[in-house]
Amino acid sequence: MNAEPDGPQDRLRRFVTIWSRAVFPVTTTSSTRPEFEEQLLPLARRLSRALRARAFDADEGRAVGAALVEAHCTDPEALSRTLDCVDAYLVLYCGGDADHEDQRARCARLQHAMAAGFAQALRARTLAEQEAIARAALQAQGVVAQALHTTEARFRAVFEGAAIGIGIADLSGNVLQVNGALLRMFGLSEHGMRGRNVREWTHPDDAPQTWRLYDELVRGEREHYHLEKAFYRPDGTVLWTNLTVSLLRDADGDPQYQLALMEDTTERRLLNLRLRYEATHDALTGLPNRSFFFERLEKALNAGEGQRFGLCYLDLDGFKTVNDSLGHAAGDRLLVEVADRLQACATAPGEMVARLGGDEFVALTTGPDTPRKVDELAGRIMNALLAPIRVDGRELTVRGSIGIVEGPAGERSPAEVLRSADITMYRAKSAGGNRFELADPEADARAITRHGLTTALPTALDRGEFFIEYQPLVHLGDGSVRGAEALVRWLHPQHGVLGPDRFISLAEHTGLIVPLGRWVLEQSVRQAREWRLLHGGDEAGPLRINVNLSPCQLTHPGLVQDTVEILERAGVEPDALCLEVTESALIGADDDLLKPLRRLAEMGVDIALDDFGTGYSNLANLRRLPVSVLKLDRSFTQSMQQFPADPVDLKIVEGIVSLAHSLDLAVTVEGVETGAQAEQLRILGCDTAQGWYYARPGPPERLHELALVDATG
Amino acid sequence: MERPAWAPRSIDVSVPSVSRIYDYYLGGSHNFEVDREAARKAMEFLPGLPKISQANRAFMRRAVRFAVGEGISQFLDIGSGIPTFGNVHEVAQGARPGAHVVYVDHDPVAVAHSQAVLAGNDDADVVAADLRKPREILDSAPVRRLIDLNRPVALLLVAILHFVEDADDPYGAVAELRDALAPGSLLVLTHASYEGVPLPPERAGGAVDVYHDIRNPLIMRSREEIARFFEGYDMVEPGLVPMPHWRPDTAPEDEDPYAFSGFAGVGRTA
Repeated sequence: MNAEPDGPQDRLRRFVTIWSRAVFPVTTTSSTRPEFEEQLLPLARRLSRALRARAFDADEGRAVGAALVEAHCTDPEALSRTLDCVDAYLVLYCGGDADHEDQRARCARLQHAMAAGFAQALRARTLAEQEAIARAALQAQGVVAQALHTTEARFRAVFEGAAIGIGIADLSGNVLQVNGALLRMFGLSEHGMRGRNVREWTHPDDAPQTWRLYDELVRGEREHYHLEKAFYRPDGTVLWTNLTVSLLRDADGDPQYQLALMEDTTERRLLNLRLRYEATHDALTGLPNRSFFFERLEKALNAGEGQRFGLCYLDLDGFKTVNDSLGHAAGDRLLVEVADRLQACATAPGEMVARLGGDEFVALTTGPDTPRKVDELAGRIMNALLAPIRVDGRELTVRGSIGIVEGPAGERSPAEVLRSADITMYRAKSAGGNRFELADPEADARAITRHGLTTALPTALDRGEFFIEYQPLVHLGDGSVRGAEALVRWLHPQHGVLGPDRFISLAEHTGLIVPLGRWVLEQSVRQAREWRLLHGGDEAGPLRINVNLSPCQLTHPGLVQDTVEILERAGVEPDALCLEVTESALIGADDDLLKPLRRLAEMGVDIALDDFGTGYSNLANLRRLPVSVLKLDRSFTQSMQQFPADPVDLKIVEGIVSLAHSLDLAVTVEGVETGAQAEQLRILGCDTAQGWYYARPGPPERLHELALVDATG
Repeated sequence: MERPAWAPRSIDVSVPSVSRIYDYYLGGSHNFEVDREAARKAMEFLPGLPKISQANRAFMRRAVRFAVGEGISQFLDIGSGIPTFGNVHEVAQGARPGAHVVYVDHDPVAVAHSQAVLAGNDDADVVAADLRKPREILDSAPVRRLIDLNRPVALLLVAILHFVEDADDPYGAVAELRDALAPGSLLVLTHASYEGVPLPPERAGGAVDVYHDIRNPLIMRSREEIARFFEGYDMVEPGLVPMPHWRPDTAPEDEDPYAFSGFAGVGRTA
C-alpha cells in the first residue's frame, strides 16, 4: 500500500479520518472510533474510484449509502454529515489531476446516489426490524397464550367440574358466566341463564341485610359477604344456598366483577325442618306437641301489654275404656279423628291446637279479645265432639271435659297456666264431664293444696309429722270410760294440724295408707298397753282402743299378720283392740274380703261397723259379717240435741238398737254433744257413746285423767 | 399457580417495554410507537439517553473481550433485551469461537426475538426467566446445557439491576447467583445513578418518572449502593467507575458527557 505523504493513499486516509470524526458522534455503534474509521475506509475507496472511473457508475454511490446503514449509521444526521463531508472533501482529497469541474458534477451525482442508497437500505432495515419485532411479539403472544391456555384449561376444568355453583356477574348484576353445578341447582339451561340479572333473584325469605351487603359489594365498599339465601327455581320450587359473594378487582384495584360461590343446602334445610317438625309435632296426630305448645304459650304470655291469652285444656271422658275394650289401635284412630276435628276448630290467626299426650289436648287463642274468643273456642270444641266417631265399624260417642284459663299476658308462667287449666279440667270432669269450666283461683288454690299435700305425704311419715289423738268412748249405763278411738292428725309444717278428712283419701290414692295405717295401729296398741299398765284390769274390763281401717288396708294381704305381730310385740290381748270398718267398705264384700276380718274376730279382735246407716246396708247381710259393734252415724243423733227429739229418729234408732242387740251386736253412737242427747240414747238402749259432751279428741294423758275422774266419780 | 413467573397475563404491545425502548435509543427499529413515545418523553428530560445506552454497549463489549482474555468461555447475560447488534455472543464468539452464551430476559417479546436471532447458533440460547428468581435461571434447560457451573462464568448484569426495586431484594438475587458460580467467575455490571449525569437530579428525575409511569420503575442508586452488589467479589482494575473510564480503548476525553452517567465495574470471585 502506498502511504507516502501526500500520496493518494495518504490523501484517502485523511478523507476517511475527517469523515469518521464527523459521523462517529451520531452513530450508535459500540465500536471505537478508530474501528469505525476502518469500517469507512473501503467505502471511501469506492467513492474515490467512482469519482475517477472512466464511466460513471451511480450504483457505487448507492452501495456506499447502504453500507453506512450497515455500519449502524442509521441516524439521518449521519447521512447529512457524510454528504457534507463528501461534498467538501472528496474531490479535494481523491480527485487527483483530472478535470475538477467534471469531478464536481460526478461528486454531486454520487451524493444523490448515496442518499438514495442510504434511504433504500434504511427503509429495508427498518421494515425488516419492524417485521422481526412484530413476529417476536406475535410469537411471544403465542407462547403466553399457550401457557394461558394451559392454565385456563385447568381453571375451566375446575370451574366446570366443581361441585359447588360458581357464577360471575358484572357490577350491574348481569350474569356473565356460570358453571354446570350452578345451572343444575337452578334447574336452568345455559340459555335460560343468559341475560339474567342478579337483582332479579329476590326471595321473600331474604334476610334483611341481603341486598344491603350486595350494594356495598358492587360499590366496592366490601370485599365479600356470606349468607344463606333462597332462590326460586323456574318450576316454582325453592333452592336454598349457602352463598359467598366476592368482589373481583382488576390489576389497578378497581372493582370489575362479582364472583358467587353457592352450595345447595335445600336438602339439608329440609332435613332440618323435618327434624324440627318431628321434634315439635306429635307423630300420631300431626298436631304440635307439648314442647311446641309450650313455646307458643310462652310467646303468648310474653306478648306485650294489652295482649291476652285463652286456653282450653281438653281431656276425653272415658277414653281409657275405649282403649281397654277396643284396643290401642282403635284408641289411636279415635285420637286422630279428634285431633282433626280440633284442628278445624282453631283456624283463626293466633289460634293453635296441640296434643299434650294421651287423650289430652290444648287449644290456644291469643289477642286482645280472648275472654270472648276462648269461650267460643270451647263451644266449638264441644260441638265438634258431638257427632259420633266411627272406628272399626262402631259409632263411638266422644265426650270431653274442658278447663278454660283466660287472662292477660305477662302475669303467669306457662307451667302455672297449664296447671290451672289441668285443675279446672278435673273440676269439669268431677262435675260429671262433658262440660267446660272456667278457672277459679280459689278452686285452684284448694287443688294446689291438695296437690301439695299429696306430694308431701310420703315424707311426712318419715319426718314424724303425724300424731294421734284419742277420743274417749263412754259407757252410757254408768258413764265410765271404756276406751278411746284413735284419730290420726298431721302436723303439717305450713298448714298446721290437719284432720284425717284432709289427707286420708290422698293417702289412699298414693298407697301411703298402708304404712300410715300400720303406724297408727302400732302407736294405738302401744298406748293401750300403757293404759292397761296404769289402770290394770278393773271391773269394767280393760280400756279398749278403736282404730280405723281404710278400705285399702282391708284388702292388703298383710293385714292379719301385721295386726297379730303388733299386738304380740306390745303384749296386748286382742280383745283390747277394736278395728272400725266403714259400712261402705263392706258393701258387696265377698268372702275373700271378709276372711281376714273373720280371722281377726276369731282371735278376739272386735270389729265395728263404722258410719252405720249412711250406706245402703243390706240389713240381712249383717248376719254374715264378723262384726260385734255397730257405730251409729252422727246424723241419727243430731236431732236429739234438742228436746223433744224427732219421734221418727227416735223410732229408727230404737229399731236399730233392738235389731243390733238381737244380733248380739253392741251399739255405739257418735257425735253426742249434750246431756239430753246422752240421756235419750241411754234410754234407747245404746251401749257406748263418744262426742264433745264427754271429751274432744286429745292427747293420751287426757284419757288417763278422764278415767281417773270416772274412777273416783 | 403454575403460570411461569416470567409470563405476563398477556402480551400487550400497547404497553411500552424497556427492551424496545433501549433498542430505540440504539437506533434500532425493533420497537413500536408506544416505545418510541416513551423514549422520546424520557429523552426530553435526559437527551443523552442514547449516548448512555451506547456507552453501556461499548463497556459490555470491552468487558466481554476482557473476560475472553481472562480465559472465560461461558457467558450468562441476564436482562439481555433485544440484541440489535454488538451482542455478547457476537463479541464473545468473535473473540473466541465456540464460546457459550445464554441470554436471560423476562420480556417474552425480547425472548422471542432472541430466539429468532440465535436460530442456528448451537452455542447460544435464551431463557425466559426473571432475575428475581435466580433458581429458575440456574435450573433452566439452556443454562444446564451450555453453562458448566464448575468452571468460571462471566455473569453480565448490564443495565438491569436499576429495574429491580429494593422490595424485590436485588442484593439477595445477586448473592444467590454469586454463590452458584465457580471461583474465577466474573460479574460484569452497570447501573444507573444520578452521579455523573451532566444535569441536575431534578431534571434527570423527569426521565425516572417516565419509567415509573410505564410501570418499569428506574431505581437510581448511589455508587456505594451499587458497590454492595460486588460483595464477595474482588474488583478488577479500575474498580467501579463511570463507563468510559473502564479500560478504555480510546481517550475518555473524546466521549460524550452523558456517557459518564452511572457506574460500571467487573468483579472476580475468589
